[in-house]
Amino acid sequence: MRLVVDLNRCQGYAQCAFLAPDVFAMHGDESLLYNPEAPPEQREDVLRAVAACPVQAILLELTDEDMANMPAADAAGSSAPSGGPR
Amino acid sequence: MTTAGAHDGALEHLKREGRIVIVGASLAGLRAAETMREKGFAGSLTLIGDEPHEPYDRPPLSKQVLLGNAVADHTTLPRRRAIDADWRLGVPATGLDMAARRVRLGNGDEVEYDRLLIATGVRARPWPNAEEASLDGVFVLRTRDDAVGLQRALTDSPRRVVVIGAGFTGSEIASACRERGLNVTVAERGSAPLVGALGGVIGEVAAEMHREHEVDLRTGVMVTALEGDPSGRVRAAHLSDGATVEADVVVVSLGAQRNTEWLAGSGLGAGPRGIACDAGCRAFDVRGIVTDDIYVAGDVARSPHALFGYQFLSLEHWGNAVAQADTAAHNMLSVSADRRPHLWVPAFWSSQFGVNIKSVGVPPMGTEIMITQGSPAERRFAAVYGYQGRVIAAVTFDNCRWLPFYEHQIESTAPFPPPFSTVDRRPEGNKPVPADFPDPSVPTHGPTITLSGYSPADRKMTFTPGR
Ligand SMILES: Cc1cc2nc3c(=O)[nH]c(=O)nc-3n(C[C@H](O)[C@H](O)[C@H](O)COP(=O)(O)OP(=O)(O)OC[C@H]3O[C@@H](n4cnc5c(N)ncnc54)[C@H](O)[C@@H]3O)c2cc1C
Ligand code: SF4
Repeated sequence: MRLVVDLNRCQGYAQCAFLAPDVFAMHGDESLLYNPEAPPEQREDVLRAVAACPVQAILLELTDEDMANMPAADAAGSSAPSGGPR
Repeated sequence: MTTAGAHDGALEHLKREGRIVIVGASLAGLRAAETMREKGFAGSLTLIGDEPHEPYDRPPLSKQVLLGNAVADHTTLPRRRAIDADWRLGVPATGLDMAARRVRLGNGDEVEYDRLLIATGVRARPWPNAEEASLDGVFVLRTRDDAVGLQRALTDSPRRVVVIGAGFTGSEIASACRERGLNVTVAERGSAPLVGALGGVIGEVAAEMHREHEVDLRTGVMVTALEGDPSGRVRAAHLSDGATVEADVVVVSLGAQRNTEWLAGSGLGAGPRGIACDAGCRAFDVRGIVTDDIYVAGDVARSPHALFGYQFLSLEHWGNAVAQADTAAHNMLSVSADRRPHLWVPAFWSSQFGVNIKSVGVPPMGTEIMITQGSPAERRFAAVYGYQGRVIAAVTFDNCRWLPFYEHQIESTAPFPPPFSTVDRRPEGNKPVPADFPDPSVPTHGPTITLSGYSPADRKMTFTPGR
């Protein structure tokens, strides 16, 4: 799972750090640090973080490995900025 | 058939089976390629990049990666969509034949194009003494490979790190070193960190931040030489004030140089300041005539901006690379009436010493500054820059939620000093003070925005016609 956060857009609301704490973390009061390559086990948490970001700052690309065993409804319903499989 | 119809036909042909070549396979190159495919470009798309890697993200290299929170090799950029491109990675473009519409590659190949996008970015300015630069333990930080090496050197517990240059990257490196418990000395030619980008008033706040975190900050000095031991490892840096600082790691952070040498002699308007283009990202040739098939985007481009006196701006900003790539890609596939100008309001972020620094607009154009909210002493504030009675830029330290408000002020050319009073304005914020930028004729290492060219309002130019 690859991701990048548009930190110009990010307002430090920390929703992502709350929902996927293994991938996103606040550094000080409002700087966001994240792991740009998250392991497949984090998929559900990261999808929730992407959907919850109030400014839609997170761009996510799911690889084939991430998509394996993904329920069809979920895959279709994942939010707009995610990249989908290649 | 009308002329417009003929144009449409050519465009349809380009979209269906044209050849588009992108030189520079990084952030701007990738995002442009995605936009072209989104707009229905079905022809052949070639991406040429001298690095062996797929496009990756650079900002984490001086932040997450040096802190040890992410691996340099894991910064590959996510894709918005499949782009079905012919990738030529690990091979540089070495020449351009504008008449034959051909790009020459380092391996002798030639690639023909109908439309060319140049997104070759910048590279780290190397340490000027080549012998000293090649000592073990001397680094720059621009690429993923640089980050792998530097991260490894920091993991080996060096006794001291010397950072040369306190621009954004240098300051972030110093901050990461302190967070890892390493001793670090920062040597800066200017009067304070970040002065080139944000001016002396904010530079003073940055200097205090360094000192609070026990960075050994030396300002107003230059590193004159690097000294190695007999085995070729760096062991000390000599400073212009006579001091010697012993160090096992030296990071040269002296700003960037634009990757335009490969265009020398091509006839394109490319040089050390970048590649000049019009607001629609179309490159100029050396005669000042706009081309119609060559476009530029990202750090290597310099383009005129209506909000900032039509001066040519070169921006080393992540967001600019994304936005300009998008506009260039759109315009490459549009007839003239449908083209859009690239009028992005410059925006930038940095993260150092646990503080989120963001700016919008063009701070180096500002002559005055006023703290409008919060207090620099608390490292939480917003400040606006004024130029000829209007708001030209703003910066926030841990106060980013206010930035969109100030961005709107810049876009609407709101008056400076701001007449409004904010809830948390402190006494020191009641009047503007000089923004205190260094003399623009003295180069600084990392302004991240370079104004190149005169504003038409300034009468500084003398035209001497050629004979
Ligand atoms: C350590 C670091 C931290 C940063 N932090 C921030 C930040 O916090 N905020 C922010 O806004 N911006 C930041 N930036 C700046 C941001 O990364 C750049 O603005 C962005 O990468 C520009 O993208 P680009 O595609 O225009 O150029 P680049 O990313 O420089 O890519 C150009 C590519 O072209 C290749 N190339 C060059 N010449 C040739 C040739 N002749 N043939 C083929 N390929 C060639 C280069 O090797 C490179 O891969 C940072 C940059 C660095 C290095
Ligand atoms: S949820 Fe969005 S705005 Fe909030 S910290 Fe995460 S990326 Fe930033």
